[in-house]
Amino acid sequence: MKYTAKPLPPVELPELRQVGQPLRRVDALGKAVGATIYGADFSMPHMLHAKVFRSTEPSARIKRLDVSCAKALPGVVCVLTSEDAPNAKLTTDMPGQTGRAARAGSDAPVLAGDKVRFVGEPIALVAAETQALAERALELIEIEYEPLPGVFDPVEAIKPGAPVIFEPDNVVARWKIRKGNVEAGFAAADMIVENTFRMPFVEHVYLELESGVAWVDEQGVINIRAGTQVIEHFRNIARAVGVPQNKIRVRGTLVGGGFGGKEDITVEIFLALLAKHTHRPVKLVYTREESFIAQSKRHPFIITHRTGVKKSGRITAAEIEMIADSGAYPYLSPYVLLYATIMASGPYRIDNLRVDSVVAATNQPFTSAFRGFGGPQAAVAYEQQMDEIAKALDLDPLEVRRVNYIKTGERNGTGQVITSATWLEESATRALEALGEKTPNHGSVKVGWGFASYFQSYGRITWFHDTSRAWVGVEMDGTVVIRCGAPDIGAGQINSLCQIAAEILGVGLKDVTIHSTDSAVTPLAGTSTATRQLYMSGSAVFQAASTVRDVLLDRASKHFEEEPENLDIADGMVFVKESANQRTSESANRRIGEQASQTRSFADSLPLKKLVAMCAAEGLPLSNLALFTAPFTDGIDPETGQGDVFPDFTFGTQAVEVAVDTETGEVTVLKSVACHDIGRAINPAAVVGQIAGGSHQGLGYALTEEYVMESGVTKTPSLAEYLIPTSLDFPTTKVIILESGSGLGPFGAKGIGEPALTPAAPAVANAVADAIGVRIHELPFTPKRVLAALDRIRD
Amino acid sequence: MQPRIVTLNVNGRRHQAALNPNVTLLYALRDLGYTDVKNGCEIGECGACAVLLNGQPVNSCMVLAWQVDGAEIITNSGLGMMDNPHPLQEAFADTGAVQCGFCTSGMIISAKALLDRNPHPTEREIREALSGNLCRCTGYGQIVEAIQMAAKAMNNGSMSNEQPGGGR
Repeated sequence: MKYTAKPLPPVELPELRQVGQPLRRVDALGKAVGATIYGADFSMPHMLHAKVFRSTEPSARIKRLDVSCAKALPGVVCVLTSEDAPNAKLTTDMPGQTGRAARAGSDAPVLAGDKVRFVGEPIALVAAETQALAERALELIEIEYEPLPGVFDPVEAIKPGAPVIFEPDNVVARWKIRKGNVEAGFAAADMIVENTFRMPFVEHVYLELESGVAWVDEQGVINIRAGTQVIEHFRNIARAVGVPQNKIRVRGTLVGGGFGGKEDITVEIFLALLAKHTHRPVKLVYTREESFIAQSKRHPFIITHRTGVKKSGRITAAEIEMIADSGAYPYLSPYVLLYATIMASGPYRIDNLRVDSVVAATNQPFTSAFRGFGGPQAAVAYEQQMDEIAKALDLDPLEVRRVNYIKTGERNGTGQVITSATWLEESATRALEALGEKTPNHGSVKVGWGFASYFQSYGRITWFHDTSRAWVGVEMDGTVVIRCGAPDIGAGQINSLCQIAAEILGVGLKDVTIHSTDSAVTPLAGTSTATRQLYMSGSAVFQAASTVRDVLLDRASKHFEEEPENLDIADGMVFVKESANQRTSESANRRIGEQASQTRSFADSLPLKKLVAMCAAEGLPLSNLALFTAPFTDGIDPETGQGDVFPDFTFGTQAVEVAVDTETGEVTVLKSVACHDIGRAINPAAVVGQIAGGSHQGLGYALTEEYVMESGVTKTPSLAEYLIPTSLDFPTTKVIILESGSGLGPFGAKGIGEPALTPAAPAVANAVADAIGVRIHELPFTPKRVLAALDRIRD
Repeated sequence: MQPRIVTLNVNGRRHQAALNPNVTLLYALRDLGYTDVKNGCEIGECGACAVLLNGQPVNSCMVLAWQVDGAEIITNSGLGMMDNPHPLQEAFADTGAVQCGFCTSGMIISAKALLDRNPHPTEREIREALSGNLCRCTGYGQIVEAIQMAAKAMNNGSMSNEQPGGGR
């Protein structure tokens, strides 16, 4: 099958100087020379080293806990148990939330008291003069458990009689969607297709382990310097530690990878408790094994689709059931399940829709945010189902999608009208076209193609009433300063903010400095999660910088005796625009800055720093603190799931070619192309990095990554057992960037951080099924599963 | 066993430290302030702690400090600095090979070792040289590009900003 790119609708994007350029990110060189200080790299005088004592049982009563020997070890300064912090709860509410939405889920104890509910659950904290002494102290802690019955499967967990992890039952959350008339839709169908798909626990594997340092300063403020996606956790930390909120300061670092795993609190409360008790600086760095067993995972899901279709491929009705595993504590599970529920029907217009979803507690590692937040799991199911529908109807997979793709102005599953561009067919045809010629089969090696389209929200749930703040100012020498709380988790968040300010204030990127991620001194900008920072903080920086620009140009208009709209700023020079300039007489040409036009006249231009001096002398405001608010809504109807949930969505498609060795079961990705409409690229090189990197994570999800649990104990607690992609495993994904300019972010940008991952795994799933002629219903497609599937057709 | 005085020559500086026998080179270097050497797993699986030990790339978490008394060690920060970066560091920054940056120092050390022995590597050779260095952000494509770009720059004779002891 040959595919040809569908022509794009005409779009006019304004010409920009800084935005849209693949500039060197502001954080890149410091990281490249090893100068960047991460959470574990910071030390203080008289600093103690902490360790966490953790449960080895998945479900047990703690009969006896004796820390006296550990406390008696010379060099051990402090051992804390739940008795020392009886009210310390790890709040599992949506972080950073200030809206009126009710809390979901129950809190986890910071330190387990009478009961442990998963292997790795924290029980005690140790602080000692050296790390070796802290490790030795852990060995001296005595504990006796009384094992309790556990439950290790969400399907078992919701059956009557299952051991209950939290009263009254193991149901953590349920959501539903009721739209149209599903019975009538199925009655009108020519065929009904039903499939069940399964996905495993997945680990984030950010390279930087959870780490940080805390100390109490001269005002009694507990300072916590740690890598986090959410500095607003200072409020939850204060509650857990028992101090006022203004006595906790989270100073984030540049984060060595987050992917949702540092959206929940990691080391912060432990550090704060120990610093408060010892009055000394304390450092805590997890081990890799600890990071595996103690922090969140991606939710395993079992998703069943029952879809009624016409012979044309048009969907008449869909019924979808989802069962997810929250692990031992809820954390963000209710919301991850909500995302999965809303994304369940995919980027398709389905008028008759029923979705029922449930997330249940088990005695396993807790699950929470992970790049895509339930969206990738939904996509693994809906995109395989689309291919199964195509197969059942003997139609091309693109044709089945084409007749169902949602269009601008249509309503999604919750009835929300899609307001931005939905370039689904445009992205699918481009991704498929770029695969080129299909590689022929050879011997036992069968080659297949597959693709997956998706939609994924950017920005938070609108009933959270999300806000961001940024401060932008111009210094006396014409350089620019941004203060914005947004944490940079490696995706280029702070660089985008700098490029936006550089664009608006007409300076080079090197002339912009940003101070970020400090809950005490940078304006709170909300979480670096939910693909929201470019949209939210980018818009706040846009507003603040635009306000400063207005002040500057207003003053300049008096100087030039020109209307402000005829003036512009570039390369640190303020000047009369060419169009206006042509009306004025020629004066002596003069070189004005490195890249500025040589033809601009002296009389019509002014160095930015001179203009700044004029403004300062007159007391004009040269800085601005802007507040950006996302659209606010009131939530969905709990009975029908109808209502607006997100500000907007990103759309795109990924296509892959795979080769399956039918003798060994090995799957090799030969080609991978991802095409996303990102609205507008602020930094195209950073966008390519997000898409290629996200795609790689998705390929790992499809083929190698599985966090294996057996009766509550992991079988994959290291990087030798849990396999993330290496440099040799997959080809680099070819990235095709589309720019509809239709996003809600600055300059029409959408978001790409999470969406980049979403279509990769289902694309591989469809390619494997295409290659071997049989569908494997469970991720990842290990050689064992591939061979088992091949055995099924041979029998 | 008692601590022993170990001499480590790091990035051209001579250090002496009293170290217990179980202290890894990773911890010894980080305690000396070379925090560009990253701890990502401590069991030789991620490559974030890679350094050049007498010119050879090693995972410093897999080496005991006592074993390398007197050795010449180069870490990424010894290759160049903000105002005088090594061509590899410059290329990593320019190509988008740096996202979170946590794997970067180890990556650059592996790349340096590769280019020292093979100034004209193929893409396959680059990927093989990096196979012990995990990156979770980039998908490796821009890292490969950076090394190709740096190789080109270094082969064109712009070796002037090599640090003493940083290469051969």
